[in-house]
Amino acid sequence: MSGEEYLSQEEVLKIVDERLSGVLPLRIVQEVKDTVTKYRLTREELHKILDLIVEEYFENTVDPGEAVGAVAAQSIGEPSTQMTLRTFHYAGVRELNVTLGLPRLIELVDAKKTPSTPLMFVYLTDEYKRSREKAIEVARKIEMTLIENVAKGIDVDLLSNSIIVELDEVMLRDKGVTVEMVKKTLEKLRSKKAKVEISPENPNSIIITFEEPLDISKLEKLRERILKMKIKGVKGIKRVIIQHRGDEYVLICDGSNLPAVFKIPGVNYRRTRSNNIKETEEVLGIEAARALLIEEIMDVLEEQGLDVDIRHVMLVADMMTRTGTVKQIGRHGVSGEKGSVLAKAAFEITIKQLTDAAVRGEVDPLQGVAENVIVGKYIPVGTARVRLIYNPLEQLPRRTDGGK
Amino acid sequence: MSFKLIESEIDKVIAAIKFGILSPDEIRKMSVTAVVSAETYDEDGMPISGSVMDPKLGVIEPGQVCPVCGNTLGTCPGHFGHIELALPVINVLFVRHIYDLLRATCRKCSRLKIPSEDMARYRVYLRKLKERYPLLALRFSEYIKRRAIKTTVCPHCGEKQPKIKLEKPTTFYEVSEDRREMVRLNPIVIRSRFERIPDEDLELIGYDPREARPEWMILTVLPVPPTTIRPSILLETGIRSEDDLTHKLVDIVRVNERLKEHISAGAPQIIIEDLWELLQYHVTTYFDNEVPGIPPGKHRSGRPLKTLAQRLKGKEGRFRGNLSGKRVDFSARTVISPDPYLSINEVGVPIEVAKILTVPERVTPWNIEELRRYVLNGPNKWPGANYVITPEGRRIDLRFVKDRKGVAESLAPGWIVERHLKDGDIVLFNRQPSLHRMSMMGHIVRVLPGRTFRLHLAVCPPYNADFDGDEMNLHVPQSEEARAEARLLLLVQEHILSPRYGGPIIGAIQDYISGAYILTSKATLLSREDVAELLAAAKYVGEIPEPAILSPKKFWTGKQVASMFLPKDFNFRGRSNLSAGHLRCDDEECFWDSYIVVKKGKLLMGVLDKKAIGSEQPESMFHWLVKEYGTDYARLFMDTLFRAFIRILEKRGFTMRLDDVSIPEEAREEILDIVREAFKKIAELIDQYQRGVLEPIPGRTVEETLEIRIMEVLAEARDTAGEVAARYLDLFNNAFVMARTGARGNILNLTQMAALLGQQSVRGERIWRGYSGRPLPHYESNDIGPLARGFVVNSFREGLAPTEMFFHAAGGREGLVDTAVRTSQSGYMQRRLINALLDLYVDYDNTVRAADRSIVQFVYGEDGVDPMKSSHGKAVNIERAIERVIGWRL
Repeated sequence: MSGEEYLSQEEVLKIVDERLSGVLPLRIVQEVKDTVTKYRLTREELHKILDLIVEEYFENTVDPGEAVGAVAAQSIGEPSTQMTLRTFHYAGVRELNVTLGLPRLIELVDAKKTPSTPLMFVYLTDEYKRSREKAIEVARKIEMTLIENVAKGIDVDLLSNSIIVELDEVMLRDKGVTVEMVKKTLEKLRSKKAKVEISPENPNSIIITFEEPLDISKLEKLRERILKMKIKGVKGIKRVIIQHRGDEYVLICDGSNLPAVFKIPGVNYRRTRSNNIKETEEVLGIEAARALLIEEIMDVLEEQGLDVDIRHVMLVADMMTRTGTVKQIGRHGVSGEKGSVLAKAAFEITIKQLTDAAVRGEVDPLQGVAENVIVGKYIPVGTARVRLIYNPLEQLPRRTDGGK
Repeated sequence: MSFKLIESEIDKVIAAIKFGILSPDEIRKMSVTAVVSAETYDEDGMPISGSVMDPKLGVIEPGQVCPVCGNTLGTCPGHFGHIELALPVINVLFVRHIYDLLRATCRKCSRLKIPSEDMARYRVYLRKLKERYPLLALRFSEYIKRRAIKTTVCPHCGEKQPKIKLEKPTTFYEVSEDRREMVRLNPIVIRSRFERIPDEDLELIGYDPREARPEWMILTVLPVPPTTIRPSILLETGIRSEDDLTHKLVDIVRVNERLKEHISAGAPQIIIEDLWELLQYHVTTYFDNEVPGIPPGKHRSGRPLKTLAQRLKGKEGRFRGNLSGKRVDFSARTVISPDPYLSINEVGVPIEVAKILTVPERVTPWNIEELRRYVLNGPNKWPGANYVITPEGRRIDLRFVKDRKGVAESLAPGWIVERHLKDGDIVLFNRQPSLHRMSMMGHIVRVLPGRTFRLHLAVCPPYNADFDGDEMNLHVPQSEEARAEARLLLLVQEHILSPRYGGPIIGAIQDYISGAYILTSKATLLSREDVAELLAAAKYVGEIPEPAILSPKKFWTGKQVASMFLPKDFNFRGRSNLSAGHLRCDDEECFWDSYIVVKKGKLLMGVLDKKAIGSEQPESMFHWLVKEYGTDYARLFMDTLFRAFIRILEKRGFTMRLDDVSIPEEAREEILDIVREAFKKIAELIDQYQRGVLEPIPGRTVEETLEIRIMEVLAEARDTAGEVAARYLDLFNNAFVMARTGARGNILNLTQMAALLGQQSVRGERIWRGYSGRPLPHYESNDIGPLARGFVVNSFREGLAPTEMFFHAAGGREGLVDTAVRTSQSGYMQRRLINALLDLYVDYDNTVRAADRSIVQFVYGEDGVDPMKSSHGKAVNIERAIERVIGWRL
């Protein structure tokens, strides 16, 4: 066979499979297939290319002993000095302010329970995602609407011992709330015996008539309570914005509450995501939390135009999630659970570490880097990890005077 | 004394460190003297024996011989003494534990308040947990302790348990059930209770009774630390000044002795209690002088004393200040300045520094003559030597040797000469803040006249250095192993590729980029002389190719010159930095010459600029050169071709002048028109707002909407004005060249110089703070027009109006504050990240493991690829492999 002829697609795939499967990671093999088939290549060329690829892959693997942790920490820490402190409005959605930059990065490695700006991207099921109307329908179910969102005014009529809630027609329509729904909500006003009815003169007005006389001193509180009553929606979701992305509608929610949103019909719970790591961990599990952590950190870095390899971020995320729960990078998490007393003492809260260790009779086995720096030994990474296991020259003299 | 630097030469290594509490017996056993005297010196100024300055406690003065171990200053480690306390006191550092133990055990039978059956069960659990999950065992113990604390009736003897109250810092009370009566528990009572707690019970709640019996937390004997850790210092006035610890110890001894007297004299209980309380106070502050709830012990001057806890704590404390970070010898620091004639691997070291820093070199038959010469030169003439070490380990200081000739002659193999730093030595060079590993790299020494460290400009990005007064540190490795590692691993050329993103962090910057552009531009034609000059600057040795133009005169193109430094089998295609806007090219046929084509090592098309050879540019031509031809080649490339870039700038001249940012009158008029147009639009918006017809953006208030809209209009105006200005600028205007090639500055900078500054902002908003309703008094209150809110119509060239200058300053100040705040925040974050991850390493089985060998990742980064060696994150660059083989790609 001459090497001058161009190979057919099938031949190319066959050769790639023969040479690479089992040698390189699957993902890379697939990538090679996808790329190589775009070219017309001769047998000789293809083999040369594959040679280069295999050679490059093995040349590019990490050396044993490499202090990948320190490198990862530096690779994330160093560019963070170049970040801005400000928060920006979100790309494309100028209605929302999202914490970005250094504050967000710190929030992520702190494993905060709730982010300072919780956010959800709600994707819709196939039947809902194409139509704007259907998307709005879901959005209305999600968006938390309080009485105060639809009320134009709230008046107290002491003469008739009643409170009149006047509703804003525009807001009612905007939020998809009917007067009837508001009435129902107001009927839940427990602890007070009251009659709730729609005003005969004004269809947008609801009159709550109390049986017991109203206590003036508690009036303000009662008013507040009425205003804060939830008509509908999901707790914690202050606003929902509908966005057209590609060929579908996506709901962007200000606030995060995965378990509640998942129950709403029309929500595609497979794709819906929150930016709340802890919530994701509770609802979707630790692997989801890890994946989200990686994504969020990468997003923050990329948004700032900083180029950091994903492997560093993965290592940080793995460190934070490896015990099965999300742990903070710091004294209450990863660092606080180190095996070494000296390393912990050198990090933070020195005295407590030492007294606790004393009381427990702890032994520091000096396996980590910080401890060995403290006692003045070689650190157990990199070239200093290499040890001679057997030294024949050393054995000889020992044997001669071993007879004594 | 010679230090043993190599681990294998050290006789003893610390395998592990065990922590525990000293028992009274141990304290007495290790003590060399009881301390009973509060007086420290007699009339003659001699230390009194039996005081805290007893000579037995250690040697602190030169010439003194230790009566205990016979050593002298520097070799005697010091010895402990002890104080027999008249009455026991609580060790504050353990109050938390004492409190827990008091609550967890029974007041009558001292057993842990857990039923016996449960105890047996828990014991089994705990043992199993300890083997497998030590961290969980800790939590389990904590749980058992909490349960015991909650129990109100002792399950062993049935005794009802009163509440225990801790009055901070060290007083305990038993509170009776009706909460009316409080019975004080003095340390004697607590101690006797603790003595009866069985060992097995303690183990259950995580205490180790072998190393830490709880009664040892109540002190009956106080160890007196050796004087070597609290030396007194002699002031110039001849007055002796004692260490803070000594002061505190004297206080303790004084009160203790008084207490003893009173007890033996049978003084009233009240007086004894008071003294006891005082003793407790002094002992407390001796351990920790920042205990909340009590006044800190003060020095005569009013300064709080620095006692034991303060010595260990914090950034300057023992742990972080002396153990994790140590001061070193063989180091130097001075201002840095640039030197384009050095290799990137080199550092210029002033002669004066080279004469102080030394390298120990062992005498061999091959270097003996050279070393003799150094010894003869002595310490003051470079290259000389400062010390000679004989095979017996005696150190000869050449400063005080009259007969250097004699010493030089007696040199023989086995001797060590500490010679001056000389050319070719390897040193570590560092600039703070050391944020990543490229902040400390190995350089090869070049001893030069002058007083500054000199470095190549291309290594500025990894150090983040400039020459506005920056200083850098230099360290000389002293062992052969250290030098070998420095040469192989730390050398600058090994750090051209950054592990952060898999691309070169070292590359061309600023003038190198301008020069590369000028050289490789189509407009550059070089005569034979020009070519010779450039090649000489680049130290080129070899043939000159055929000239591109033969007649009327032989001319070479700059691209030909650049090609001479490329490997003969190198293929590359890619866009250059110029390729943007209307100069954009996506293919080989490029009118603007902004598409680079290298075939078989010949630069056929395109100019070299930032995208091709710049620093911090992954997947660039330079990146592939480093990756495919190795770091040695990359260094050579930078040490040769880069010099030609600089040389052509020197030949041609390259400056920026006022004319470069001047635009003609009609352009200015055009820009003003744009601004006027924008102002009109804004007036309209404001009018709409005032009439209440402005349509708000959903989810925003009308005011917010107005601000957003105004900012949009102004930003657009600035951009279009900038475009106008750019249109009027000459394409070969030097400032414009710098911006386009990526050498320095960007189009926005040019816009601000030539057209107008645009909107100044603070916190992302237009500037509005200041007076009520207006930022400056030059405008009317509540004027929300562009000029009143920080829009600057003038350019830097035109000059700013006074009000504009203030707005600009406000915006500039925010930037400064922002930087200052950010550095501390990101610094702390990085410290935490490092601390959490520093133990991780890749093992021989390719797993990532923590210090205890537990697995963190089964394969590093899911594909086992080192980001530094990757091509911008990709494990293998398939496209590049194809390009290398067939010479092109899609």
